[in-house]
Amino acid sequence: MAAGTLNTHTAGSTRQSATTTETAATQAATSPATPTSTATTETATTVSGHNVSGTTPTDAAAGFVTRGLTRSFGPRRVLRGIDLEAAPGEFVALLGRSGSGKSTLLRALAGLDSEAGGELLVPERRAVVFQDPRLLPWKSVLDNVTLGQRGAAAAERGRAALGEVGLTGHERDWPKTLSGGEAQRAALARALVREPALLLLDEPFGALDALTRIRMHALVQELCGRHRPTVLLVTHDVDEAILLADRVLVLTDGHISLDVPVGLPSPRLRGDEAFTVLRSRLLRELGIDENAAGIHASSAAAPQAG
Amino acid sequence: MTGSDLTRTVRAPVTGPVIAAAQPRPGLVRLPTRRPDQAARARFRIPRGVERLAGVVLLFAGWQTASSAGWLSPRVLAGPSAVVTVGWDLIQDGTLWSALRASLWRVLWGLGLGVPIGVVLALASGLTRVGDDLVDGNIQMLRFVPIIGLQPLLILWLGLGETAKISLLVMGVAFPIYVNTSVAIRSLNPGYRELADVAGLGRAALIRHVVIPGALPSFLVGLRLATAVAWLLLVFAEQMNAHSGIGYLMIRAQTFFQSDVIVLCLVVYALLGLISDGLIRILDRRVLRWQPGR
Repeated sequence: MAAGTLNTHTAGSTRQSATTTETAATQAATSPATPTSTATTETATTVSGHNVSGTTPTDAAAGFVTRGLTRSFGPRRVLRGIDLEAAPGEFVALLGRSGSGKSTLLRALAGLDSEAGGELLVPERRAVVFQDPRLLPWKSVLDNVTLGQRGAAAAERGRAALGEVGLTGHERDWPKTLSGGEAQRAALARALVREPALLLLDEPFGALDALTRIRMHALVQELCGRHRPTVLLVTHDVDEAILLADRVLVLTDGHISLDVPVGLPSPRLRGDEAFTVLRSRLLRELGIDENAAGIHASSAAAPQAG
Repeated sequence: MTGSDLTRTVRAPVTGPVIAAAQPRPGLVRLPTRRPDQAARARFRIPRGVERLAGVVLLFAGWQTASSAGWLSPRVLAGPSAVVTVGWDLIQDGTLWSALRASLWRVLWGLGLGVPIGVVLALASGLTRVGDDLVDGNIQMLRFVPIIGLQPLLILWLGLGETAKISLLVMGVAFPIYVNTSVAIRSLNPGYRELADVAGLGRAALIRHVVIPGALPSFLVGLRLATAVAWLLLVFAEQMNAHSGIGYLMIRAQTFFQSDVIVLCLVVYALLGLISDGLIRILDRRVLRWQPGR
């Protein structure tokens, strides 16, 4: 952790209380039924080792907490005691170099890794969007979206979710007939239909072409604005992190080496000075010197997201 | 030189079909294309199916000619007309039907028992460590024992009745089903299991929604193999001390030097094999609708 860096917080300290209250306020405004953040923390489940014990969730957003989270693969210590907290409804982006363990952290939060050490508090209702859409090819798009959902209303909610991602009319299609972007949108619908309190996005746009990615950014922004789950977005794309997140983390050598609120006004433009400054800073944290690598030229040529 | 050529090409007017020939250039080869002024090649071709059928017709015509001319003795090989005649006779007196029924019955028993056994073993070894350790090693070893070689042992254990014959078929069927299905279960995208975890699917739901449909294409390949094996083994089983079935009909015909009946039985076997393969192919197309290009 770079000690002298401005705005750098130790996870779990007095970090961004402003963001928390702001989010809570927005929630109260948009959905009056949503309990306050104090109430929601009680419904979080403990994921520790194999045991995922928990109570029934009633809330839409509960944030998450990790304490001393560790994970090793053989002699390689990938996560070395991560203390992290996210407020309900907060959009957190996690950056890191390839192999830095960002996906490992996400998998632990998803409950997919029973070998991780430390403590994890996550909401019961979690959903993951993987880098590949991971649709079961032998199920129709709608059946993929409602996979594991029970009850008569499941299909109806599935249709609604497909409508939200703009895939109405594709319900009965086979996944292999969808384009890459459509398949990833179906995966997003599958996550939405679960009404997750915690949405985990594991480089979900990584395999998409640049134009589709821009459309997906807008869609994710819109959907998260509407449903307000807590989001952890794992990505290697600095611009994407700044565009979408309330707060950006950088994972280096198994630690959160940078934890910075984005704090930019809503239509975030890549050309803005604050944007550029933050990008430079994040890239530096990731070990890339823009002046030396000539990054400026290439990112200026990249299309602008609206 | 080359430079001026380039300029000329670029300046060529784009109105109307430009047929100006590209000049050959050093380092470039010309690929065959259809020039716009050429009509699409519409050379007459005999349809593939007709051509294939013609081959079969030619073979039969030659065979018939050979036996009609007396070059082929009926002792060696009966001609097609003789086979058709004897076939009609055997249908008339009911011999063919009762033989067919007995054979079909055995194959259905063999498949009906062998397929579930293969599938259950494959699920056990593909989904559990214990199953893998206990089942897979043994089966991979037994796989190399020629099934027909088990016949004497089976007769020793089970006698000469139906049980020994059907057991032989069951074993012959279970192996290809097991091998194909268990490989498919093992090679299932591990991401799908993760997905099932995240979606909160239990073990039964995982098997039902993910494992079985995922292994189905490979299982159906196994089923086609198994059916072929079943018919093959049936010939052996029915030639050993059987009193009914197509194989029995053949052995009896051999005793009486009736080459026409033998040929008829071979034709019946071939037809049965074709029909069962066709049925599985239809099943294949129905069940695997989700695969592209089906």
